[in-house]
Amino acid sequence: MINDTIINLLYILAAILFIFGLKLLGNAQKARKGNFISAMGMLVAIVAALVSHDVLQWQWIAIGMIAGAIVGALAARLVAMTAMPEMVALFNGFGGAASLLVGWSEYHRYVTVGDFMAVSVPSLLIIIVTIFIGGATFTGSIIAWGKLSEKLPSKAIQYRGQQLVNVLLLTFLLGTTVLFGPLREFVSIDSYWLVIITIVLSCFLGISFVIPIGGGDMPVVISLLNSFSGMAACAAGFVITNNVLIVAGALVGSSGIILTNIMCKSMNRKLTNVLFSGFGSGKGKGSGGFQGEANPVSVEDAYIMLEAASSVLIVPGYGMAVAQAQHAIQELATQLEENGSEVNFAIHPVAGRMPGHMNVLLAEANVPYEQLKEMDDVNPTIESVDVVIVIGANDVVNPAARTDEESPIYGMPVIDVDKANTVIVMKRSLNPGFAGIDNPLFFNDNTRMLFGDAKQTTQGLVAEFKG
Amino acid sequence: MEIILVFVLILASFLGFELISKVPSQLHTPLMSGSNAISGITVVGAILSLTGTFVVEGEVVRIVLGTLSVFFATINVVGGYMVTDRMLSMFTAAKKKEDQHD
Repeated sequence: MINDTIINLLYILAAILFIFGLKLLGNAQKARKGNFISAMGMLVAIVAALVSHDVLQWQWIAIGMIAGAIVGALAARLVAMTAMPEMVALFNGFGGAASLLVGWSEYHRYVTVGDFMAVSVPSLLIIIVTIFIGGATFTGSIIAWGKLSEKLPSKAIQYRGQQLVNVLLLTFLLGTTVLFGPLREFVSIDSYWLVIITIVLSCFLGISFVIPIGGGDMPVVISLLNSFSGMAACAAGFVITNNVLIVAGALVGSSGIILTNIMCKSMNRKLTNVLFSGFGSGKGKGSGGFQGEANPVSVEDAYIMLEAASSVLIVPGYGMAVAQAQHAIQELATQLEENGSEVNFAIHPVAGRMPGHMNVLLAEANVPYEQLKEMDDVNPTIESVDVVIVIGANDVVNPAARTDEESPIYGMPVIDVDKANTVIVMKRSLNPGFAGIDNPLFFNDNTRMLFGDAKQTTQGLVAEFKG
Repeated sequence: MEIILVFVLILASFLGFELISKVPSQLHTPLMSGSNAISGITVVGAILSLTGTFVVEGEVVRIVLGTLSVFFATINVVGGYMVTDRMLSMFTAAKKKEDQHD
């Protein structure tokens, strides 16, 4: 066995590398290096763990690691960029599952090895907490994955008394945890059922928590679950009294909370509101009911409008990801530039299904970084834009967020495309978007609807330019 | 359980808040998947759960639980880092192309 001090120094080194890595991840030029540094930190931590004990089940560790590395590497390589949100959700769920299993396995160690009654109350409590957070993260992420990959209906699924069930579950789980203390004398090896119940209930809670949340709120949910997986790792660190787990877990937990908060702010909503109200579940839908005549436009006419435009702003949304239209739109942007137009992309912070989703897709299509503008940068000058192309975005350009107090998204900051001279909306039909909210933009006088598959219509426009 | 660990927890949490508070929105996705990979640190806990004394009666259960947790955590670590790198490489590729343009 290698000296404990050396092992701990290695853990400290790993923690330093994680901190540096995370810091660089927030800087556009150095992010890739940051990710590499953080991966080195992980390597150091794993090596330190492997050499820290004489007796270990090395063959099982090897099997687990090799199998996991193969699955992880294949998944990371093969996944399409458009499927990135669900991949991240899935990885996140696996992290939660691992924490749950660590907690369970430690409990089993207490039960089978040594004197169970000598185990302290806090140690047992923290095991329950680990299992609880890990289990809820696991199933919650799996449901998020199902919704994002459309294996489950992405709209909010609600039933009567859902919130009551959630509150009861949470109370029961917390109650069990608290009772573990005073009832220590009654908690013996035979209390294994308590652990099993915690596992089952926490898994159920994860499902029941995420299932009522609509697809439009997924960026918030994903970053919240990411934070939870960090907290689960942190709790597992307390179970095995290991500093590096606590530090890394706490870093992820707190940075995830920050990110969640940023997401909520961009939607002008409170976190509690996202979690408990079931966005787009039909409230306020009956109000308004915008009536009017939409102005459809053909590809040829849209081409004439774009050909004459000196400045064009492209606003992408989730629909662009669904139609896989990012490469076609990049080609259109190039054609427009060659035609002498100034082209920019306006990215709403919560466009897509994951924070920064649109940036990743457009980067994949080689759209220069400088052309990607944030909402706050484009809104003040949007009146001077000749043509705005809205591709697959809906709620993030809905003017009702500014004007209609009845609207469920009233108050959410949006890209004010309706203030531009002309708006071309690429959309499959007039159906309301994911959140099921009517969009008066479609019926404005300066709006032209270009119906059809976004990829095909964009390619049609490119073909017109190429003549 | 040592109280010093709580101390470590609090300090690390505040550090996490500080590190992330000013990140441009185009980096949100890589940041999230990168920090998601870090949460795979549970792999250390999983490895350690397969160490120490094993007695016959509990052996099978602990080996199954431990191996599964090593497996899941490794997916999170390897997949998380590789996906993040893949995303970030696209950002830099787009950047380079632009540089050549100039």
